Amino acid sequence: MSKDMTIHLKYWKQAGPDVPGHFEEYTLDTVNEHMSFLEMLDVLNEELQLQGKEPVEFDYDCREGICGSCNLVINGQAHGPKAEVACCQLHMRNYKDGDKITIEPPRAAAFPIIKDLVVDRSAFDRIIEVGGYVSVKTGSAQEANALPVEKEKSDEAFEYAACIGCGACVAACPNASASLFTGAKLAHLNKFPQGEVERSNRAVAMVDQMKEEGFGDCSNFAECEAVCPKGISISAIAEMRRDYMKALVS
Amino acid sequence: MKLDSKAPEGPLEEKWRKHKKEMKLVAPNNKRKYEVIVVGTGLAGGAAAASMAELGYNVKSFCIQDSARRAHSIAAQGGINAAKNYPNDGDSIWRLFYDTIKGGDYRSRESNVYRLAEVANEIIDQAVAQGVPFAREYGGLLANRSFGGAQVSRTFYARGQTGQQLLLGAYQAMMRQVNEGGIEYHPRHEMLDVVIIDGQARGIITRDLVSGELKRWEADAVVLATGGYGNVFYLSTNAKNSNVTAAWRAHKKGALFANPCYVQVHPTCIPVSGDYQSKLTLMSESLRNDGRVWVPRKKGDDRHPNDIPDEERFYYLEEKYPSFGNLVPRDVASRNAKIVCDEGLGVGPTGLSVYLDFRDVIKRDGKETVAAKYGNLFDMYENIAGENPYEQPMRIYPAVHYTMGGLWVDYNLMTNIPGLFATGEANFSDHGANRLGASALMQGLSDGYFVLPATIGNYLADVKPGTRYGTDHNAFIEAEKGAQDQIDKLLNVNGKRTIVDFHRTLGKIVWDNIGIARNKEDLEKAIKEIQELREEFWTNVYVPGEKNNYNKYLEFAGRVADFFELAELMARDALEREESCGCHLREEYQSEEGEAIRNDEDFSYVAAWEFKGVNGQLQEELHKENLEFEFVELKQRSYK
Repeated sequence: MSKDMTIHLKYWKQAGPDVPGHFEEYTLDTVNEHMSFLEMLDVLNEELQLQGKEPVEFDYDCREGICGSCNLVINGQAHGPKAEVACCQLHMRNYKDGDKITIEPPRAAAFPIIKDLVVDRSAFDRIIEVGGYVSVKTGSAQEANALPVEKEKSDEAFEYAACIGCGACVAACPNASASLFTGAKLAHLNKFPQGEVERSNRAVAMVDQMKEEGFGDCSNFAECEAVCPKGISISAIAEMRRDYMKALVS
Repeated sequence: MKLDSKAPEGPLEEKWRKHKKEMKLVAPNNKRKYEVIVVGTGLAGGAAAASMAELGYNVKSFCIQDSARRAHSIAAQGGINAAKNYPNDGDSIWRLFYDTIKGGDYRSRESNVYRLAEVANEIIDQAVAQGVPFAREYGGLLANRSFGGAQVSRTFYARGQTGQQLLLGAYQAMMRQVNEGGIEYHPRHEMLDVVIIDGQARGIITRDLVSGELKRWEADAVVLATGGYGNVFYLSTNAKNSNVTAAWRAHKKGALFANPCYVQVHPTCIPVSGDYQSKLTLMSESLRNDGRVWVPRKKGDDRHPNDIPDEERFYYLEEKYPSFGNLVPRDVASRNAKIVCDEGLGVGPTGLSVYLDFRDVIKRDGKETVAAKYGNLFDMYENIAGENPYEQPMRIYPAVHYTMGGLWVDYNLMTNIPGLFATGEANFSDHGANRLGASALMQGLSDGYFVLPATIGNYLADVKPGTRYGTDHNAFIEAEKGAQDQIDKLLNVNGKRTIVDFHRTLGKIVWDNIGIARNKEDLEKAIKEIQELREEFWTNVYVPGEKNNYNKYLEFAGRVADFFELAELMARDALEREESCGCHLREEYQSEEGEAIRNDEDFSYVAAWEFKGVNGQLQEELHKENLEFEFVELKQRSYK
């Protein structure tokens, strides 16, 4: 078995949305290279509890990179240093003995802090609510193979549909824009004949809602693409803007 | 108590059609007078909430996650079955039905399983219409692949993320209804009790996981779509927040819990690496289409796997089961992995893993083809295990994955409590003693999109529209008080052991004794150990923080308390079932070759348990629903 590492942690504590937060520090001596980043935080919380201290709250669920619950900003990078890996699948073998790690919540006006590292991302739900779907009632679908879809288009749709809604794109963006999240849903649905019908209305509704929620606009920094755990391309944003402009002038 | 399945009479193919024709309907302008609560937003809950709101019911949807889109259905990798027979390989609804009932080792209802097979085709149509990006052929039509327990290719898939794509389809349909006002949506709410008035389910108590506030909700019917209880094992492939609390609290209010000992252990997971391990990661069963499972023939062979020549490799599934080979059902694959490891042939640092090798398929089809099929899974494996599966075999071991047991429901998916329904993994209904791969998504969506929206109307038609007792009714007050008392009790113990420590210890007892193989002695021992540990839990657990704000460990404490009771029932149920069937292998009842021996004469029933109290020991009364087989002949399963 591998040797234990010592890791110096500095993490954000904040009791609620309306009170100021601060950093706390703790050194762990039993970090193992096979641990996931979140398992290391579990170990931290066990130690804190045994000392009668309050554990640090963070969001997580599936711990296999697909539910999108976790969204820690690690040493300034959303989901940490590994490309296309959510922080639940980031393993401690990416760190070395003696490393210092700072952990923060994703910071954005549209993602108010609930507690410590947990934020409220319900704005994402509301963006989907206004149009992130094909309006088809249960039972009214036609035979699945009635409409062939080019394999390439369908595969491309999958790339955008793979978004896990974690919000790393927002955390990384200097404008705290949700353009990659919104654009990815639009680009996914646009690739299918079923999604084409509502294309224009969908773009307008979702983009307007995104602004309403207090997300910033896109200035092509492309930070979102760099941190996206699913590697979603910013070409989704270009497509979104074209559709939005087209809808406004038509 | 007489358990009536309410399965319609008549030929198998006619049952559902006939039932739909005969069920009562609620007129469109009356539907808006009914409130329906749906707890859980996975495939079963999300699809049901959306579909019922589309019909015009007022739906209130609750989930513990911060968004409905994160329900654990999202993690399903491999695919969804349907007998479309697009590959022209001889599939049919009958064959899907037959494979499913045989795969479940003849411990499920014919009527339910046939309906599932029948409805499956519509699910594919629905999902495609929503824009679910299923894999396609170059001609633009849908692609299929094969999965364990079947000799046809009937699995539809979206790379290794089929659950995610289907869930997002259901979630988006739900969000559309939120926008249209048909669904009132409450994420970060946990159900802590069901409220029963005059014998009918009339509402729930929830805890707002942000503010800690307990709230009362009234409705005309309550649907539990709250998933399975695999996390009783602590280590499982379930998401960390998956739990049995909603189902268990309903059980404590009188809902029968059926077949709790039927737990599926998935054969292809990444092995445990240490004590800090918080969950296990599954590698899709689809990998067994092309990967070959083996261990060295020689004990203690510590050569690098690539240096072990073919004749010194034991491809045990291919040798023992020549016709199904690596595609035997999950229970058979898991059991055989345990057998070879128990014999000392296991590999890796702990000796508790076997190889899943892609060398031959890479040689045959090329690395690119393999990467196109399994790329994301290979990457995931490398990321977690730190080894490259393109260059050396994966190491895998079985892990708890799915629970076939759950709340007892009739053909209408209603529990024995009128107005309380259970769908998806939360019920016991369709998979018998073992679920086939790609059938969980099928069942969740079948229940959610098509079955429940039809059957709930049949119930509501008899409930007077606009019946309201008010949330200040005594039943609401008492249910809320019960929930509050338990929270206070947990916070007041102020002991020395953490919740995770208790949960991990409980999980180990359950895994060691109620895991892949069970026997009388171990089960009896487990019951004692569970009772003792439970006693200690209530006197020595440490729950940090406060009740009036976000407190994840307080949430866990309540869930672990329920797992402690469920675990004892699982052991009781496993002890009672003196036969082997599907995933339930009793070591006393197996052939010399280690194959399960069923006892149809004495055990062809659903074991449905009624809660009677807990006082040191769990008190439960067993009720039996006899399973009758009119259409299939019961055979000893053979995959040889």
